[in-house]
Amino acid sequence: MNETQQVKDAEMAQVDVDQQTLQNYWRENRNLVFTMLGIWFAVSYLVQLFASAFNNVVIAGFPLGYYMGGQGALIVFVAMIFIYAKKMNALDKKYNLEEEEDE
Amino acid sequence: MRLKKILGLYVTGFVVLTLVLAVLEFAGVLQLKGIGYVFMIFSVAVYAMIGIITRTSDPSEYYVAGRGVNAIYNGMATGSDWMSAASFISMAGLLFALGHMGLAYILGWTGGYVLLALLLAPYLRKFGQYTIPDFLGARYGGNPARVVGIVAAILVSLTYLTAQLNGVGTIVSRFIGIPFEPGVFIGLLGVLVCSFLGGMRAVTWTQVAQYIVLISAYLIPVIWLSAKLFFIPIPELTYGQVLERISVMEKQIMGKENPNPRNIPADVLNDKIDPAKEKESRDLWAKDVATLKAKLANVDSALAADKAALETKLASLADDKVAERRAALEKQKADAQAMINAPLPIDPKTKQPVIMDAEKLKALEANIADADRQLAALSPEAVKAEKEKTEKALAALPKNAEDARTKWSAALSTAQNQAKGTGDYLAVPAFVSADGKSYPMLQFLGLMFCLMLGTAGLPHILTRYYTTPSVKQARASVGWSLFFIFLLYFTAPAYAAFARYEVFVNLVGTSMAELPSWVASWKVVGLLDVIDKNGDGVVQFADFIIKSTDFVVLATPEIAGLPATITGLVMAGGLAAALSTADGLLLTIANAFSHDLYYKIINPRASVQTRVLISKTLLVIVALIAAAIAAFVKLPVIAATVAWAFSFAASSLFPALVLGIWWRRTTGLGAILGMIAGLAVSMTYSILNFFSTAPNNLLGYAQPFSVLSLRHTESGLLGMPVAFLVIIVVSLLTPAPDKSLQDFVYSVRFPKGAARGKEVEAIGGATS
Repeated sequence: MNETQQVKDAEMAQVDVDQQTLQNYWRENRNLVFTMLGIWFAVSYLVQLFASAFNNVVIAGFPLGYYMGGQGALIVFVAMIFIYAKKMNALDKKYNLEEEEDE
Repeated sequence: MRLKKILGLYVTGFVVLTLVLAVLEFAGVLQLKGIGYVFMIFSVAVYAMIGIITRTSDPSEYYVAGRGVNAIYNGMATGSDWMSAASFISMAGLLFALGHMGLAYILGWTGGYVLLALLLAPYLRKFGQYTIPDFLGARYGGNPARVVGIVAAILVSLTYLTAQLNGVGTIVSRFIGIPFEPGVFIGLLGVLVCSFLGGMRAVTWTQVAQYIVLISAYLIPVIWLSAKLFFIPIPELTYGQVLERISVMEKQIMGKENPNPRNIPADVLNDKIDPAKEKESRDLWAKDVATLKAKLANVDSALAADKAALETKLASLADDKVAERRAALEKQKADAQAMINAPLPIDPKTKQPVIMDAEKLKALEANIADADRQLAALSPEAVKAEKEKTEKALAALPKNAEDARTKWSAALSTAQNQAKGTGDYLAVPAFVSADGKSYPMLQFLGLMFCLMLGTAGLPHILTRYYTTPSVKQARASVGWSLFFIFLLYFTAPAYAAFARYEVFVNLVGTSMAELPSWVASWKVVGLLDVIDKNGDGVVQFADFIIKSTDFVVLATPEIAGLPATITGLVMAGGLAAALSTADGLLLTIANAFSHDLYYKIINPRASVQTRVLISKTLLVIVALIAAAIAAFVKLPVIAATVAWAFSFAASSLFPALVLGIWWRRTTGLGAILGMIAGLAVSMTYSILNFFSTAPNNLLGYAQPFSVLSLRHTESGLLGMPVAFLVIIVVSLLTPAPDKSLQDFVYSVRFPKGAARGKEVEAIGGATS
């Protein structure tokens, strides 16, 4: 692919989306990200800050505070990333901003 | 795809090889060392083969694997790129030693991926160039930002790479029993052959292969152990019960009241735990602590006194002195005998012999016995042995005050550790420490924070998301990366708990003559030691000295009663972990020089072939430099510096990248100054704190340099806010970025137009 072709591609990518659509898309994305960051903060920092209190709950031998640090938060992290990916893919579709299929 | 077939063959080959080795081991043909050789040669050969098959000079293939790596494979590759020797070999050990405090590593090294997924990865993929400085150059209007990016990327990656090669050397030398320095270079060969030939493409596929080795090596021993103890092969579920038992036994060892509130049956605990004996051992260590502290307070005179005492003793063992003392003792004996044998005096009144009174006779007999004992101690053999012992002690004395300080400080920290006892494994870090001087909870959360932000700012990880075919795949790929990393990380706490349980149950209370076999075999290698402090012939917890917590992962196969082949497999896994990380780092550094510095700044007209050739040449040079640092400089700093890389990345690249995507108002000058300021603050703090708290206090500080009791590993907690603040303030003071830059930010925010092959050269090129 030559340079001019690349420039054309880039310009096209910019031209065919209007600013309003992009702003709405971005706002929804931002809200989603902030929610996710809230969960991220809560399961790691908040839980650990009050780990002593959580440790009073013991399930199958696991004090809850320790469990959240060693496993619980990790499970939430993995799930969160996949959920975010899924929601974003749906969002792309909603605003018709999906990337071109290329398989 | 041909590669998938090869990958399948490789996995089958590895399984077959492991089985064959196990059979040979049972037949008595092979021992650990031989198994080590076979595993190492096989792994390195396979990595080399993948390198040869995937060799390439095409820049897109070389830098970003042709953007053809699907989300799952990219996730696996990122997983092994990410998990270093530190994660594989050391992390479970850290947890073993630190308890709850160690969870900062688990949370920190996984939570960063959430930031990566939410804030960075999809947008970097949409941008779709080759390196992180590429992005900074394009977003922040040209070369100055690119140069700062290059410096930050190299600084972060080189710090990390040196530590990795250090790990490679340790594993190789432990593995096949060769010295450390050649070990580093042999390991390097394994790294180079792969990345040199095939660049990112080879590295990606090798890392996929390495992931498979390392994850199975990690999981097998602990799954086995869980099945053995609980009949459930899911250690992540069963170790809760182990934690409960550990808590009970810790309280027993420390002689606490009501150690077993939940009435855990005694047969899963250890009835040989003896609180009194434990205390005795601990008190002896505490006495050592006092002695050593006194000695360290006045090193010169203490060293002189030690030397004088030994010399006096040696002098008293000289032949003529011994003969003299022997003669004196013989005389003492003869005199006493003579008195006993002497004819009894006759009482002039009664004309009867006076019988010596019983007390006097007893004293004389005791006198003879005492002389005999002393004579035995002065027998030629005994004197010779004593002399040798004293001479040895004299030779082992520190050579000078500097040496004495180092040795005694090390002994002091061992003694302090042993005197502490078990600690409380599940204790949550306190808000304020008992002495009121430090804030453990802040350190804990701070370390977590630096590791998370650092993870999201490490260039060799960020670059990985350029290799996926699409933005969609980049999003999923972060999830897969974390999933594959998660498999190891959420097993690590189980490893630590099982190892701790084993120490409490099968080591404490056994006779010194019947140590478990794993203790014996790792004692030889110097990972641990058992010293019978109170001389009762029985192991107390306070007698068990951990020299390197790496024993946790290395010894677990043996603890579980698995054959040495599995220990070999674990070592192969550790090697795979270290090599794969080194591969990724090396590529990042070489590309920063060749692509960012040479092609983008010095000679933009360079042909494709020249660029790849230069990258390959630089790869070898950087590798040799890093290996030389690891092998010959051997700074004690190296171990500490791994964590530094995270703080540095968190204070420079992370803020500039996140604000660059999320805040259109961010200006080039703001980003440049912010990165410099963050890096400067973080580096200065790490260096000052490290050297002022190091045991031998290299810079001669009277007081450790610290702010809010933060350690050198958490310097990012200071550098990161500074970086954000500087970027924001300077950006607001400078004119807003021009339209082309604003458009650029828009363009990375939505996925349209990111499909494979569409290198949006124009946007990057127009502004740089």
